[in-house]
Amino acid sequence: MEVYLFILFVGALIAGLLGSLTGLGGGIIIVPLLTIGLGVDIKYAVGTSLVAVIATSSGAAVSYVKEGLTNFRIGMFLETATTVGAICGAALAAVISSWSLMIVFGFILLYSSFSSFKSRKSDSLSIKEQGIKENSFAEKLKLDGSYPVSSGINISYHASHIVGGYLMMIIAGLLSGLLGIGSGAFKVIAMDSIMKLPFKVSSATSNFMIGVTAAASAGVYLSRGYIDPVLSMPVVLGVLLGSMTGAKVLMKSNTKILKIVFSLVILLLGVEMIRNGILDKIR
Amino acid sequence: MKTEEKTTDERFRVMIGNVLRLGVSLSSILIIIGGVLFFIQHPNPVFDYATFKNEPSKLKDIVLIVIDAFSFRGRAVIQLGILILIATPFLRVLFSLIGFAIEKDRIYVFITGIVLVILSFSLFG
Repeated sequence: MEVYLFILFVGALIAGLLGSLTGLGGGIIIVPLLTIGLGVDIKYAVGTSLVAVIATSSGAAVSYVKEGLTNFRIGMFLETATTVGAICGAALAAVISSWSLMIVFGFILLYSSFSSFKSRKSDSLSIKEQGIKENSFAEKLKLDGSYPVSSGINISYHASHIVGGYLMMIIAGLLSGLLGIGSGAFKVIAMDSIMKLPFKVSSATSNFMIGVTAAASAGVYLSRGYIDPVLSMPVVLGVLLGSMTGAKVLMKSNTKILKIVFSLVILLLGVEMIRNGILDKIR
Repeated sequence: MKTEEKTTDERFRVMIGNVLRLGVSLSSILIIIGGVLFFIQHPNPVFDYATFKNEPSKLKDIVLIVIDAFSFRGRAVIQLGILILIATPFLRVLFSLIGFAIEKDRIYVFITGIVLVILSFSLFG
């Protein structure tokens, strides 16, 4: 029994750490740990994972918000896109076969992983490169902002390709509605690669959004009985500790290293998605 | 004008941060206390989650959870901690809405309002 609790706690700690560092949420690790590692029924695993995602989001936020990494305007604005996407996705779930989607989006993740790995340019350069062309949309919506790099020094950034980013967020929402997967990866990709926001801002804002999205489905999960208190107990505590630590590390660490971690994680995620898609097809 | 906006913004960030910290601390304290109570009340618990058995309704209904938690039932106390955790993102959205209203930022009061309505619907609906 102690071993069981210990494995859960340590696994959750790692999930929280990686989840808050990359902005992907903690679900990627919790579900396989519970189902494959400990033989827990998928329904309990999904419920526990949902609680873990909220814990990652809020745990990291405790450290982030004070430091001004999270852009609430961008988060709220894009949250409308993911919600619309999620509702459409849930409606489409009956019509579209999930295996083909899994394979397609698995490959998109692989591609993003490689491109994110290639473009590890430091964030401070990106503003100078593309800051000249003014984007009236970004201005009207006040999406531009600044974030602290070291004590007292703030770097301002500019949000570009708002429409593209918004569309990508609708797709991210569609996916979570269709496949029930945490769409954190596509959220970070939309903000980092399309809207050209600094990686740390993308990651922190994605973390905020993930929490909101997860909280929206928490009521349903609770009433269906997917959330077990004893199972959730070590997971929540582990994830909270991990995500608070992860957020502190994020603020201090080099963006290049963070991006390498991010591309490795989404590489694994992509492979996993393609594998599940193929398994789904065979069945 | 610009600097004034900044200070409201900053004050607000600190406030949201405090709300979050309170929620997260309260939640983890309850989960720890609940865990201790559970192991006192069930000295030899069996971990069997291989098949889904559904939770008893007293651990699914918010009102019943709160009632049981106040009579110090371990699992209900943990569940109450989890409920408070689930509420934290909701509070973040709510407080941002208030913040945007104070800043008289109409566009964002509207946008955040939409998010809040959808969130409330799916949480309580």
